[in-house]
Amino acid sequence: MNTLTDSALTAFQLITSFDAGLLAIAGRSLGVSATACLIACVLGIALGAFLGVSKFTGRGLVLTLLNTFLALPSVVVGLVIYLLLSRTGPLGFLGWLFQFKAMVLAQVVLVLPVAAALSRQLVEDAEAAHGEQWRSLGAGNAVRCILLAWNERFALLTVVVACFGRAISEVGAVMIVGGNIEGFTRVMTTAIALETSKGDLPMALALGIVLLAIVGCLNVVLAWFRQWQDRHQQTGQNGLRGWVA
Amino acid sequence: MKPLLSLQDVSLNLGGVQALSHVTLSIQTGEQVALIGANGSGKSTLLRLLNGLHQSNQGHVQLASCRQAMLFQRPHMLRTSSLNNVALGLWLDRSLHLNWKACKTRALEALSLVGLSGVKFQNAATLSGGQQQRLALARAWVRAPQLLFLDEPTASLDPPAKREIEALVHQLIKPDGQETPITLVFASHNLGQVKRWASRVIYVEQGRILADLPTADFFNADCLKQHSQQAFLFLQGETP
Repeated sequence: MNTLTDSALTAFQLITSFDAGLLAIAGRSLGVSATACLIACVLGIALGAFLGVSKFTGRGLVLTLLNTFLALPSVVVGLVIYLLLSRTGPLGFLGWLFQFKAMVLAQVVLVLPVAAALSRQLVEDAEAAHGEQWRSLGAGNAVRCILLAWNERFALLTVVVACFGRAISEVGAVMIVGGNIEGFTRVMTTAIALETSKGDLPMALALGIVLLAIVGCLNVVLAWFRQWQDRHQQTGQNGLRGWVA
Repeated sequence: MKPLLSLQDVSLNLGGVQALSHVTLSIQTGEQVALIGANGSGKSTLLRLLNGLHQSNQGHVQLASCRQAMLFQRPHMLRTSSLNNVALGLWLDRSLHLNWKACKTRALEALSLVGLSGVKFQNAATLSGGQQQRLALARAWVRAPQLLFLDEPTASLDPPAKREIEALVHQLIKPDGQETPITLVFASHNLGQVKRWASRVIYVEQGRILADLPTADFFNADCLKQHSQQAFLFLQGETP
């Protein structure tokens, strides 16, 4: 047997034995990324819907900035958040550095442009196709933002999953602002980096498998949900007295 | 008598294209006006301008202050029940100050009028084209409009659905027991429909009004030829 198969076997044993250390890290990762994803998606989808419907001076500049932020390197985000939250930084008084909150903040900054840019495109397309019908009915910008975003809710779910994927797989920012402290701020990606550098390949591999499994499960749930939606679209049935179709 | 709607020397440029040029027209309450012309002639743009969906670049526009509704060729329905779609159409008219429950009650009546009570809880986005157009009509109807704009409402429908919509529109513009019919402004390629609905026909070509005549005169070849050679040629091309 070689190192890879040895490591894979040990990793499998760690997973099947519900290793406490492994579960704690996985749980923390999920907690940080889910919280960040929730905050970023709420803000990002609202911002994207607003940008999709509104026309104002400087909109082009805002969109260019937003698209530029899509390619933000996570280590740069980590560095900026570190500087902001460090004791001498403008947000140092919060005392968030090397804590759960700092990691959430860093991931929100990373993921928010993704949520905003993708949802902006969805809502803008819907606005171009149907906006004038809703304007003729008296729907102003704010109402159209809500209606069109809500109407695109299934497509927005894909945006949410993409955001979660970006958040949970990110390593640079959480490493810098979280400090990778065992039992406190160590998450899957930072643990994988550390265990690999230490030579503890089974643990790193086990964490990698768990990470992949989480993202895989999310995609399975999304695919199932899409199928369910398609089935209901075809049959025309409606849940919750019509509001969720 | 003050017109319900009027345009004075109005021009409109959309994305670098001169969509309307020096358009002057006025529409009185109770008139049924048809806008006809080739594709891209500007009739839909004119309709949208009259509905306030476009802002003119030049000229004076006096829009109607009464309750109005517009039907599009392909109505957009939200992915929710038919009932919610109609109720939402009413709720969005905030001048009526209706709460959601009252909107739903009226929406049920409108659905019954267009024969869609059976699909009130069905996802509106899954309805057929004809049903969606009836639903759009219910959404317009429920607002009790005094002015109705129709943008080729039957263009994408099969003959039976077309007949259903025509009958419903006829019922909507001339409600039983009402002296003055609803003011109707519609764009259409269907000359039979124009003859049935319109009291006045406006021919639009390249963003200009080239003929504006009572329906009887418009379909009188000699009269039309005298007023507008282009409109006459268009009509000859359209008539079998």
